Amino acid sequence: MKKFSNRKWIAMTLLAVVLLANAGRRGFAQAARRPHRGAAAAAALPLMPRFRFENFTIADGLPDNHVYAVLVDGDRVWAGTNNGLGLYEDGKWKTFSTKDGLAHRAVLSLALDKRTGDVWAGTMGGLSRISGGRIVSYTQLNSGLSNDVVYGVSVERENIWVATAAGAGRLNLHTGEWSLYNERNTPMREIWVYGVSATATKVYFAVWGSGLLEFDQTSGRWDIYDDPDGETELVLFKDQGLIHDIVSSVSYVDNIVWASTYFGDSRYDGRYWHNFLTKDSGLPSNFTNYVKGVDANHAWFCTDKGLAYYDGTNWAVYTRSLSLHKPVMTVRDAKGNVTEIPVTSGPAHNYILGIDFQGGDIWVATAEGLSHGILQR
Amino acid sequence: MSRTSCREYMQTNFAASLCVLITALFCLMFWKTGTIDAATAPGTGAELGYASPLELLISPEGKRIYVLCNESDEVRVLNAATYAPIKSIAVSHQPRGFSLSPDGARLFVANSWDDTVSVIDTQSLTVVATWPVGAEPSGVVEDPAGRHVFVANRISSDIAVLDAQTGTEEKRLLAGRGASYLTLSPDGRLIYATHIYPNLPPLRTGLENRTPPESEITVVDARRAEVVDRIPLHSIAGVFHVALSVDGRLGAVAEFHPKNLIPLAHLEHGGAFAYTLTLFGAAVGKPVEIPLDELDRYASQPFGVAIAPDGLRLYISLGGSESVLAIDVARLLHFVHSRPRPASGSYAYDLSASGNYVIARIPVGHNPRGLALSGDGSRLFVANRLDDTISVIDTKTLSVATTIALEGPRTVSALRRGEQTFYSAHYSFQGQISCSSCHIDSTYDALTWNLEPNGFGRDIVANRLLEDIKDTAPYKWNGGNPNLPTECGPRTEKYFWRSENYSDLQLADLALYIRSLPARPNRWRLPGGELTGAQERGKEIFERSVDRFGQPIPETNRCSFCHSGPLGTDNKSFDVGTTKPSDHPGMLDTAQLTNVALPAPYLHDGSARTLEEIWTIYNPEDKHGRTNDLTKDELNDLIEYLRTR
Repeated sequence: MKKFSNRKWIAMTLLAVVLLANAGRRGFAQAARRPHRGAAAAAALPLMPRFRFENFTIADGLPDNHVYAVLVDGDRVWAGTNNGLGLYEDGKWKTFSTKDGLAHRAVLSLALDKRTGDVWAGTMGGLSRISGGRIVSYTQLNSGLSNDVVYGVSVERENIWVATAAGAGRLNLHTGEWSLYNERNTPMREIWVYGVSATATKVYFAVWGSGLLEFDQTSGRWDIYDDPDGETELVLFKDQGLIHDIVSSVSYVDNIVWASTYFGDSRYDGRYWHNFLTKDSGLPSNFTNYVKGVDANHAWFCTDKGLAYYDGTNWAVYTRSLSLHKPVMTVRDAKGNVTEIPVTSGPAHNYILGIDFQGGDIWVATAEGLSHGILQR
Repeated sequence: MSRTSCREYMQTNFAASLCVLITALFCLMFWKTGTIDAATAPGTGAELGYASPLELLISPEGKRIYVLCNESDEVRVLNAATYAPIKSIAVSHQPRGFSLSPDGARLFVANSWDDTVSVIDTQSLTVVATWPVGAEPSGVVEDPAGRHVFVANRISSDIAVLDAQTGTEEKRLLAGRGASYLTLSPDGRLIYATHIYPNLPPLRTGLENRTPPESEITVVDARRAEVVDRIPLHSIAGVFHVALSVDGRLGAVAEFHPKNLIPLAHLEHGGAFAYTLTLFGAAVGKPVEIPLDELDRYASQPFGVAIAPDGLRLYISLGGSESVLAIDVARLLHFVHSRPRPASGSYAYDLSASGNYVIARIPVGHNPRGLALSGDGSRLFVANRLDDTISVIDTKTLSVATTIALEGPRTVSALRRGEQTFYSAHYSFQGQISCSSCHIDSTYDALTWNLEPNGFGRDIVANRLLEDIKDTAPYKWNGGNPNLPTECGPRTEKYFWRSENYSDLQLADLALYIRSLPARPNRWRLPGGELTGAQERGKEIFERSVDRFGQPIPETNRCSFCHSGPLGTDNKSFDVGTTKPSDHPGMLDTAQLTNVALPAPYLHDGSARTLEEIWTIYNPEDKHGRTNDLTKDELNDLIEYLRTR
């Protein structure tokens, strides 16, 4: 009898929770729909993540307002700024500078070795490894690094891959050997490498002016993907290849390549390409500094006109009105209907340079501060 | 006395006499001139090489002593009560460190020369697995949960994290340069790792070779297998064992504090080294460095550290002073807390300090290294590496109660006499230094020294590896010493020792020992001896006679001309454009290339932190070989080849 009562009580509680949850969801959706513009049917408005943004600047202890890169490691957040590497931990910022052994004050890229907790920082003056508070720096003078300007860095097992202003490179931490990749030993036509995304099977390089470079780790074979129409301004062959040769970053996740350029973005599944342009996607701008794939179907795009999220069908854009400077969030559904969502906060600046994830939250590097987007549930 | 009682008395007396006789016979069997001979296999002892006991462990139940024998490549197991040998277990080449799993069921041995860890089942006393690890494993420890085995690799300067069941390497953690010794905290939460070479200066200032060395204790979270802290050790180069009190509140690490920035000729003014402990943990607050040296007697080359179970005593083996120090912990803590703490956190140069806490200096054998305390703390075992003995110290009387002689040769060969001389600080002023103070483990110390008496900052020289140097005469960077007896005799006596000279026989033995030192296995060569693509390309650059523009390279400006032959030296001197105004004018000896990947910093004065810097910074006029026509990837290839030498 007692057991029955307990079961009944649990069942009623579960029912109540489900009803409340549904009611909450309806309320969330209704609130999202209310101020919409455009012809979208209210019921079709996709549910996209909303954030309350908290912005950090030098006033809060951030080393510099110009943030090139951001990296999340559990509760800790690293910010690569124009004047040092910031670490946000326990509500406080700590700055690592050249006095601590950092290769250069301007930190352009960051990568985490998830196995060891070490952070790798690509700077304007070399590559730095931050390990348990100690910094070891590699430069073109003291190591096999090809160039001190390290635009991108990626960790793959014991290999550290770098994208530099003079080609790409790989440091094997077990042997200490540096392998350099440039126009002499790869199909790379230009050696200005902006980004790298490495896995145990494939490594992709974003090359400024030379498209996307693929290195197959198993076969040792190189491939190059470039703009099939070869045009800098026009897109003659959409969805038939990389959108443009000036590739600014690359993210390889779940066997999918996400590539950003200054003239639109691309997704490649190994067989088919899909291009994204402002005219037929939710991108706020074709000028994309950085892309980060969440998985095969979800990605974030960091543009000069705000931050965009793509869920495989719909888009959300987080930006600021250029005229009023008030934060704006818009949602674009599969049919192209755009709905504005009322928000009270937004990223610190529209010029977005990087992003990383902390559970459902996002951390966004901008030209005027670091933004913490706290997911609103 | 009645007849019965008389008979009883006689019977008792007879029994007692019999006991005495048996005991005497037993003693005759096992004692030789005051030592217990652990050899039990007659006829085999003479054929054995030296054991060279380096480290010791006591089994958890206290019944066994495990002895790590560095030279005979084995672990010897002794009965902890009788000291009788139980078994010898062959492991791999040059074992340097070992530890028991927390439950005592497995014994892990780090074999430094073949880059493996032997796993010994302590039930069967057999090797049950051999795991490959990083370059030159020197310390090993398992976490209490039995998930990971951690291995300190001296050459790769990292800590390999292995799956404790399969030995599969999961990752490597960045440790200090020359990572060597690992200690698990009593609560099993943390692992403390130390390293024997100072970390390279992180910044290029142009004065890297004239800045105090920096070392660290790398603190690893045993559960997460991540580095969580690095305790800085300022002005320290050469860090050895760590010990912690049972309550974990006091940690102590044995270390060298070199005074390499001032002329070594000032030995009588307190130059060369301070030998110290850095104390850390809740008992002291901020880490503090305390000296072990006395006013007129140095505590040369501290190595092993042990803290008594009751926390009252701390013991340190002194490899160069052939003794063990005993410290009263209460007095030590009183000193630390009662004295005004210097801003540097170091009392290293205060030669009056140790009198406050050192309570005994106990003479033991040659080159004492590893220490182990019995479970109740009543006996301290000391591995006398160059005597093949173990001193057993009674910790109540602070004196050697027994010396256990390990099975092996009873005679001391000329080679071993030379090695004993190499490691003994007996000959130097106040017993400060020996060859091994700078040539740690018969290699080098990664420091630059001011050896000449001609003023501060003049004629700075980098230390050089002592590997396979017998055919590389002349010696010294200026090539001023034509042979090893000159290098090790008059020069050493005049500039270094400032005390007792070697006899002719001692000098001959010492030179013999140094000449015998082999090159350790090269870690950059493929097993079959073939070269990788990069190494092959580098070899072509090394041997080229024409530059990239088709211009012939003068013979004396080719790598392979000066660095010729199997050792990579023609034994002649050249001007390679690296001397400075502070150097004595003249040419420089061509350094051999044996294991050239190891002895950073480079060049005669250690101004190049890496091989790359030799050519990217210090060869602007192509005097040190024609290299300025090379692309960066070609320079990388050249370096890859050099690493195979």
